[in-house]
Amino acid sequence: MKRYVLSLLVENNSGVLSRIAGLFARRCFNIDSLTVGTTEDETLSRMTIVVIGDEQILEQIKKQLNKLIEVIKVIELTPNESISRELVFIKVKADNSTRSNIIEISNIFRANIVDVAHDSLILELTGGPDKIGAFMKLMEPFGVLEFIRSGATGLQRGSTVLNETK
Amino acid sequence: MKASKAIIKCLEKENVDILFGYPGGAVLPLYEALRESDIKHVLVRNEQSLVHYASGYAREKNRTGVCIATSGPGATNTITGIATAYLDSIPIVIITGQVNTELIGTDAFQEADIKGATEPFTKHNYLVKNAEDIPRIIKEAFFIANSGRKGPVLVDIPRNVQEAEITFKYPEKVDILGYKPTFKGHAGQIKRIINKIKASKKPVIYAGGGIILADARTELREFAEMTGIPVINSLMGIGGMSQESTLYAGIVGSHGYQYSNEIIARTDLLITIGARMSNRAAAGFSKLNPNIEFIHIDIDPAEIGKNVEFTLPIVGDAKLILQALIEKDLHMDFSQWLEEIEEIRNIYPVSLEMQPGCIKMNPKEIINELSLEMKDDSCLVADVGQNQIWSALYFKVFGERKFITSGGLGTMAYSLPAAAGMKMANPERQVVNVMGDGSFQMCLGELAVVRENNIGIKIILINNTKLGMVRGLQHDCYGKDNYFGVDLEFQVNFVKLAEAYSIKGYEVEDMESFRKVLHEVLENDEPCLIQCNVDPNFRTF
Repeated sequence: MKRYVLSLLVENNSGVLSRIAGLFARRCFNIDSLTVGTTEDETLSRMTIVVIGDEQILEQIKKQLNKLIEVIKVIELTPNESISRELVFIKVKADNSTRSNIIEISNIFRANIVDVAHDSLILELTGGPDKIGAFMKLMEPFGVLEFIRSGATGLQRGSTVLNETK
Repeated sequence: MKASKAIIKCLEKENVDILFGYPGGAVLPLYEALRESDIKHVLVRNEQSLVHYASGYAREKNRTGVCIATSGPGATNTITGIATAYLDSIPIVIITGQVNTELIGTDAFQEADIKGATEPFTKHNYLVKNAEDIPRIIKEAFFIANSGRKGPVLVDIPRNVQEAEITFKYPEKVDILGYKPTFKGHAGQIKRIINKIKASKKPVIYAGGGIILADARTELREFAEMTGIPVINSLMGIGGMSQESTLYAGIVGSHGYQYSNEIIARTDLLITIGARMSNRAAAGFSKLNPNIEFIHIDIDPAEIGKNVEFTLPIVGDAKLILQALIEKDLHMDFSQWLEEIEEIRNIYPVSLEMQPGCIKMNPKEIINELSLEMKDDSCLVADVGQNQIWSALYFKVFGERKFITSGGLGTMAYSLPAAAGMKMANPERQVVNVMGDGSFQMCLGELAVVRENNIGIKIILINNTKLGMVRGLQHDCYGKDNYFGVDLEFQVNFVKLAEAYSIKGYEVEDMESFRKVLHEVLENDEPCLIQCNVDPNFRTF
């Protein structure tokens, strides 16, 4: 099983998200994360979907997505020809004895401190799965209270665009 | 113009002549507009049958069938029909009423999220929130339903949207960014197919329902005869190849002919056209030699590689691809392979034999008799269960004959409304409906529609007072006599029941009386019911 990142251009209609999520559930495809947002064209939205599977499953997912009328384009964001990042907020236990240690590690990872309380910190980090994984691991000993990951979002490198009508 | 009127106007622009419907509060404006239209409205008796009528209509005319239901229970009742049409790729537009836009999401009276509910089994669906979008959406709905891989499209329209005033302009063209089906086959792939055929010693064409949907029967036959390749059908593909042709090699699948499955097992090149390799049909394929070459021709790219891995895929319309293949003018000699097929046929003969120990009528002979007596341009509409398998295996389809059934979803009670829809679409066609006593009791009310509209279908009721197919499966899975929940114990007097609807009913228990009755009823164009009593222990095979 491998991790694949798909980028979709879809019509910005109500219900399109449920249609796509429903497709994954119905056909037993594993969705790892899904992000959606508006684009330069307000009638269109863009989704980044991370899926877990093999080549054959990926092929079916792409074909089934393409069958949806509201899906305009589906491409795979391969690691070499695209960039993809994820945002994570981590709330970690921090007192006088550990705070500076946490800040030091955060600086190495270029994580931002976005909230400070007397017994906790919230850290903001952007990166790929490896970087985020490594950072989380280092935070674990301090006591991670909770975290939220945005799911990956990405673009193809170079001047190629998904919306060819432009 | 009132939006409701605009909707009907759109239907008129799409040349809709018959519309099947069941009214309710949420479609009142639509019905008011319909009252003033020339479109014939057929009031069905249950929305569960509604979509099946439209399906029979669509499969006769090769055009989109249309039906209307109200919101809530009206809409949810159509779901089975929609799913049936979806799995068999039948073009249908379903218009449902919805509660007023401001009430959506409040669990209002007769509110149901039919768009959400039908997402898995519609090709596409819409909830119209802005009345100005109606002409575009209806135009798109018809285009989507009857192009590419065909299928049902649902348009849900809130009542207040139907009542809004709009400026009516029916769009000339459809332009949907995300919907551009491929019709023409890739030239390079066509060439590769030809090369594969040249290299093959034992090729078989496996033709599915796509041949019929693409109206490619003539092309299929021409290509098969030109190249001398035998043709095997799937259940949905029956009728795609004339069964009088010497190249016709039967029906494949777990309920197909044994000889056809054996032919599939021995082929070295399987040319699949418009078939989706479903688990039932492709059951025999497991015996295939692993070095076999697979060619898959389908309008739907997602079908290619979904169930079986293919060596050579080609996406496009079956008719256009077959035409392109015919142009290559390939003449081959596979006589040795055809001789082998003849031998296989002799090893696994198709027999009409009565099952030893059974009394009453032989269902295989009933179907055979229909096959002998029905016109050359007639249609047999089979239901689901044992009757479906007997009909598929023993009714010979040739010439302009048709055979239709619910192949994918296996929906009981499909056949009666579908047969009626077909007969209404083409009153000239002789339509015979074969069903079991289980299915029949699911859609009794539709007899009123048959009578009311003088739909001259002949219902052949194979009555064994059991859910025979399930009973057979219980026998196979759990041992002799371990039956449960399959007895339709109460023997309905079906003849009297038919007569209650002023439909002539007959009960027969031997072939001689059946022949006599059948001969008589096929002479006229009146609806009738012939109850044929069959031994409950008569097995499917």
